[in-house]
Amino acid sequence: MTAIPVHRYFAGQKTRFTDEWRDILKSGHLLYNLVHRDLTVRYKRSIFGALWTLLHPLLLTAILMVVFSFVFRFDVGHYDVYLLSGLLPWTFFSQTMITAMAATSWNGQLMKRVRVPRSIFPLSTAISGLVNLAISYLPLFVIMAIRGVPFRPAMLFLPVSLTILAVFTFGLALAFSTVSVYFIDVREMFNAAVTALMYLTPIIYPLKIVPAHLQKFIRANPMYYIIEIVRIPIHAGIVPSMSLLGIGVALALTSLLIGWLTFRRLSAGFYPHL
Amino acid sequence: MSSVICKNVSVNYPPRKAPTLKEWALRRNTGAKPFHALTDVSLAVEPGEAFGIIGGNGAGKSTLLRVITGIVPPTGGELITRGVVAPIIELGTGFDGELSGRENIHFNGSVLGRSRVFMRHCEEEIIDFSGIAEFIDAPLRTYSTGMIARLAFAIATTVEADIVLLDEVLAVGDAEFREKCEERIRRFHQTGATILLVSHDLTTVRQVCERAAWIDHGRVVTVGDATEVADAYERGLHAIPAPPAVANV
Repeated sequence: MTAIPVHRYFAGQKTRFTDEWRDILKSGHLLYNLVHRDLTVRYKRSIFGALWTLLHPLLLTAILMVVFSFVFRFDVGHYDVYLLSGLLPWTFFSQTMITAMAATSWNGQLMKRVRVPRSIFPLSTAISGLVNLAISYLPLFVIMAIRGVPFRPAMLFLPVSLTILAVFTFGLALAFSTVSVYFIDVREMFNAAVTALMYLTPIIYPLKIVPAHLQKFIRANPMYYIIEIVRIPIHAGIVPSMSLLGIGVALALTSLLIGWLTFRRLSAGFYPHL
Repeated sequence: MSSVICKNVSVNYPPRKAPTLKEWALRRNTGAKPFHALTDVSLAVEPGEAFGIIGGNGAGKSTLLRVITGIVPPTGGELITRGVVAPIIELGTGFDGELSGRENIHFNGSVLGRSRVFMRHCEEEIIDFSGIAEFIDAPLRTYSTGMIARLAFAIATTVEADIVLLDEVLAVGDAEFREKCEERIRRFHQTGATILLVSHDLTTVRQVCERAAWIDHGRVVTVGDATEVADAYERGLHAIPAPPAVANV
């Protein structure tokens, strides 16, 4: 006979990591369905369908190329590749954060009616974001081929970079979506802040155009390191340095810890707020 | 060992949910009191038993089932369940009008925590039970309310569980479908599952349940033999004028 599952609920209970993890593993079918729905419903009614995932980064690059190659000139070499290889992970980050917060409140009715592991919504958002990100690398590779940018072995490091990015993003998404159940305002605040944050991160401009005395502010921005880790293997064709990687891993783990602690403390009390 | 143990379970809802920072900041001054949905409820339901929960609207019956499911956290006391719990409380959660009936079977099944293998295995049984085989590949938005309810009930009750929680769902569909539903409940009972049944329908409670609890204003009034508790509840209804129903959350 298989072990009988025993559940215990009491006042002031905090979500236990092992319980949440076990529930997530048991909800594999739901996770798959949520990701599948995210990926298919998004483009269901559009003519180009999933092709938009490919077209969107191309169009964005075209616009920014016109603005920055002709209006401002940055000496970075292959500006289009520099731009896109930083913009794609940035878009993943900001989209996942925004969508995770929305998904958690959209699914409030669901959490109110059935018992589902509550971290499954930011998790499924991050996974479908990752799938979209992987697809949107294809147009970048096409641009690289056309512009004669060499494909270097360092690009094989990309999966490690993307893991750091994904863990970092999921941790923050978990924290923000948890808090947004209590305060919906957090969503609007983040929407405003994320635009500012984008200009404070060297994505559309290189770090070296920033005056030396202001660079320390850029270096205080965690997103600088996260984006750099993902961009370097493609644009510079080198593996990130050990110190950069160390910072990236530390940031990702800190973010995950913040996310989990916030979730652990607040998720049990969701019910009246859903 | 009991299947479900409630030890002094209480559920208080905060005065009002604070949806914005502004309201949260101002909340402290309103002086509103929390709502006591359940107060000091103690029960033990034994394995294989059919247990009825009766009471008026807003008495806390549904809240109690939700605590047992693990959706509503108790704000006092402790609750323990032993075995796989299958809530048949809310039907059709996550139904999507754009998806076909068949796709909804799988999505709803996954929401209820069933594995893909199990859902594949049960697909035909669910379609057969719901009696809407000819429309199963049409989008759900083309279904009538009755058809949706039957599909939802078929999915929810096609389950292998140790503890089945039923909330007022007997009232779906026509007489023939009702018959099939009652048959299903009897089958759960025969396979040795513990059943917790919340109902306004005292006849069902008397027929199906061995024991019952009468809950009023979030407190247990009596626990005992189902027929006796149902009788006491009926006498109580006639004796005291019904208290004004308190809207639940």
